[in-house]
Amino acid sequence: MNRPIRMVALVSMLMTLALMANLSISYLWQADYLTNRPENRRVSDARFGQDRGPIMVGNSPVAKSSPVDDRYKFQRSYPSGPLYAPVTGFYSYTYRASGLEASMSAQLAGQDNSQFLSRLINLASGAVPKGGTVETTLDAKAQKAAWNALDGRKGAVVAIDYKTGAVKALVTYPSYDPNDLATHDLAAASAAWKKLNADPARPMANRATREIFPPGSTFKLITAAAALESGMTGDTLVDATSFKLPGSTKVIAQSCGGSKITLTRALTTSCNPAFARLGAKLGDKALREQATKFGFGSTYLSDIGSVASKFPDELDAAQTAMSAIGEFEVAATPIQMAMVAATIANDGVEMEPYVVKRVLDSDLRVTSQTTPSARTQVASAATAAELRKMMVSVVQNGTGYRAQIPGVTVGGKTGTANSDNKRNPYAWFTAWADDPTIAVCAFVEDADIPATEIAGGRVAAPIAKAVIEALR
Amino acid sequence: MAALVGYRKRRGVELFMLVLAVGIGFAGYVLIHLNRDAKLPAAWPWALAALAGVGLVLHLVVRWRTPYADPLILPLVLLLNGTGLAMIHRLDLDDSRAPHSAELQLTWLFVAVAVCIAVLIVLRDYQVLRRYPYLLFLAGLVLLMLPLLPVIGQEKNGARIWIHLGSYSFQPAELAKIVLVIAFASYLVDKREVLALGGGRFLGLDLPRARDLGPILVMWLVSLAVLIFQKDLGTSLLFFGLFVMMIYVATEKPSWAILGVLMFLIGAYGAYLSFGHVQSRVSAWLDPFSNYDRNYQVIQAQFGIAWGGIFGTGWGLGRPNLTPLAKSDFISAALGEELGVTGLMAIIAMYGLLVARGLRAALGARDPFGKLISAGLAFVFALQVFAIIGGVTRLLPLTGLTTPYLSQGGSSLVANWLLVALLLVITHQIRKPAPELPAQPVVSLAADTTQVIQVDRAASSPTPRPAPPSSPDDELTEAVPSAPTPGRKVSSPTPSSPHDELTEAIPSAHGSGRTEPSPTPSSPTDATAPVPRIEEQP
Repeated sequence: MNRPIRMVALVSMLMTLALMANLSISYLWQADYLTNRPENRRVSDARFGQDRGPIMVGNSPVAKSSPVDDRYKFQRSYPSGPLYAPVTGFYSYTYRASGLEASMSAQLAGQDNSQFLSRLINLASGAVPKGGTVETTLDAKAQKAAWNALDGRKGAVVAIDYKTGAVKALVTYPSYDPNDLATHDLAAASAAWKKLNADPARPMANRATREIFPPGSTFKLITAAAALESGMTGDTLVDATSFKLPGSTKVIAQSCGGSKITLTRALTTSCNPAFARLGAKLGDKALREQATKFGFGSTYLSDIGSVASKFPDELDAAQTAMSAIGEFEVAATPIQMAMVAATIANDGVEMEPYVVKRVLDSDLRVTSQTTPSARTQVASAATAAELRKMMVSVVQNGTGYRAQIPGVTVGGKTGTANSDNKRNPYAWFTAWADDPTIAVCAFVEDADIPATEIAGGRVAAPIAKAVIEALR
Repeated sequence: MAALVGYRKRRGVELFMLVLAVGIGFAGYVLIHLNRDAKLPAAWPWALAALAGVGLVLHLVVRWRTPYADPLILPLVLLLNGTGLAMIHRLDLDDSRAPHSAELQLTWLFVAVAVCIAVLIVLRDYQVLRRYPYLLFLAGLVLLMLPLLPVIGQEKNGARIWIHLGSYSFQPAELAKIVLVIAFASYLVDKREVLALGGGRFLGLDLPRARDLGPILVMWLVSLAVLIFQKDLGTSLLFFGLFVMMIYVATEKPSWAILGVLMFLIGAYGAYLSFGHVQSRVSAWLDPFSNYDRNYQVIQAQFGIAWGGIFGTGWGLGRPNLTPLAKSDFISAALGEELGVTGLMAIIAMYGLLVARGLRAALGARDPFGKLISAGLAFVFALQVFAIIGGVTRLLPLTGLTTPYLSQGGSSLVANWLLVALLLVITHQIRKPAPELPAQPVVSLAADTTQVIQVDRAASSPTPRPAPPSSPDDELTEAVPSAPTPGRKVSSPTPSSPHDELTEAIPSAHGSGRTEPSPTPSSPTDATAPVPRIEEQP
């Protein structure tokens, strides 16, 4: 009977080994699958109670964890309240996280693979794990200037160093206070969440990167770029007389200072009939191609998330003409229009925008650093140079004069979009300066002025100017 | 032969190991409090006294009654029990509804140890257990089926394996497994030769005869009934697996094992196809996240073990209370969370060692009944651990069985300490030196040679004759240098003469090539074994 008993012993050993192998495979090797499940309260509670590293703007933290005497042990706080909310996001028990708090969560918690060394040291020394530091590219002065210049109006401001793509300011208004969601008083956090979501002003909407609006005349920069790429120059004369839309009774009329004007003049006066006619002549394909090159249809800043700007498919001649002046169904994010100005200022090369400059581990060793990289060559350097001249003319002689800064070359383009004639128009101004090398897009959703006025120049241009001045 | 390879008592080893076991269990208890409050619990002297006292009393009783018992069994069991008590106490700390489960469990430990001691004192010779195979079989079946009765039977967590008497609930399968091991062992010792008869060959396997399939069919139906009506795959696997393993060991025919595995697979698959609740259990096993609320428990257990990682959160620092029933069915998940995969593996290894000690006893046993009963107890224990820990860690569909010695529950504790008592008694009898018989000295190789001649004569003799009383079954041929050729005929499909049957056991035992201590020519029960098989022959 001993041979079968040995077989039974073998079977028993195999069962024991199967239990052990299953433990190793399911709970060590594939543990991430379980720990990353959203239902996992152990992980969410522990993460919530972690000593996370700070998110820095310059030398000051805009999100930090401080020890408290409750079950979660560390309270996340945001010293500047709503100012940096679109970038930092919030860190909440019930509602998880958004913005950098979500995308850089592993680094902030010190759990990223790149921080393996310090984790190992912590394990060996028995130290409580501490999180890493995320340094942003934001500039506190520019951010505050943009916030103050918006002055309580719904809108967004994005400022980008066009040489590198580093985002210097990213403001949206209205915003929300992430402290309200990060509180350990879960009932209060829940009440704040409900209130924020019920608010008709939508304070949690990131208007800078995650909302699209009709760009209005700022889109003429793209139409002009397509025209220049097709062989025209700033001095090419264009027809500025009233333009009856093909196949429609609608007539686009505007006094642009003559019936034949230069392309530069057309941009300077933001001449709708000239650009509508130009767009119809170039065709929707050329416009769509140029818009796509500038970034329409793709997203920026994956760290905080953005939506793609859109140029509609399948346009007839009238729709093409309307799209050429940023109407019809063309829609863009403020960061997209900032990238248009930035690309023109950077000789047609579009740099990849970024908000995370460096990540440090808990011992302040640099574990990752963003190096500037180019996305694409959007237009030739010659086209870019011509567009810069035209944009300088807009600020010197045209609708953007409120953005003039003595001693600084500023080029810009205003936009005023009227989705329907009932509500107030959207005001846009997208610009660049040569010193500092900054591109700014200011957008006001609800310009409280008559639709007849050039809202972009009057409302948005001073905001852009304030941001550029703050960075000098 | 005993003089050559005698076992030593090894009680000193046992005492040393018991100190370690008590120390580890107590360290768990202390660490919980040090980790949580950074100070010793007020009751620590009592906890230490209780655990050490249990160890000491058991050690003394073993020294007195079963001094040759395997020295590792008691320390292993006490280590598991101490760890379980510590974990139940730790779970009490975060359980406002039942904050005194550990004290209750400790009381049950005293009861269980008392039962164990009673068995050690009363049961001098395990052969007495052989007397009532059918009665025990019936009792085992009744116990197994008790939960299906109305009123007392109760469905808990989807499985109907509990009975309720007043405020006291009881898992009768715990006791049934021991009763059935004894019943199967006694039955198979009598019937094994018959069951070993070949009924035909298929794919190189000797198939059993169709008329011998009765018992396995009965057990198959019982297991299916458990699976279908009690809704518990683990219990079903436990009892059918036990029976198949024992019949395989008794007959040495792999065909029985293969047949059994096939029958189980067919039955389980058929039940899966036919019954919704079996399907939902399988889906909870394969894809628990498909229904988070229904599979909340097993999901929480998984989260806990994964959260513990390699080394665990440490005693008292995890959140095992998030898993419902962490004190009973899911205690291995709680241990996995706080002691890590490493700790849980160590616990599995301890179970493995305990099983190994049981199987070692089976190898060393000098009579078929001793072999069958110790192999059966070891294997049913292995199956139970495999089913419950495998269920909790999602290697198998979840089962409602308890984790021996660890999980909360009086009936389980008493039954499993009964198992310890049996193993101690059996190993004592196996390991103790054989009484010297001056009339028949068997302490030299020369004595073995004399026996071989006897067998050769028996094999070549045309007339059937019972095996010599001095040959406890297959042990006899141990020293035979070459197998008697006539025995080969046994594996042929038509056994023709009683003579063939008689010698049947010889070549197969020889094939096992064991190096066991030589048989003692004293066991009176062995001689009776060959007799019925001769009567069986038409």
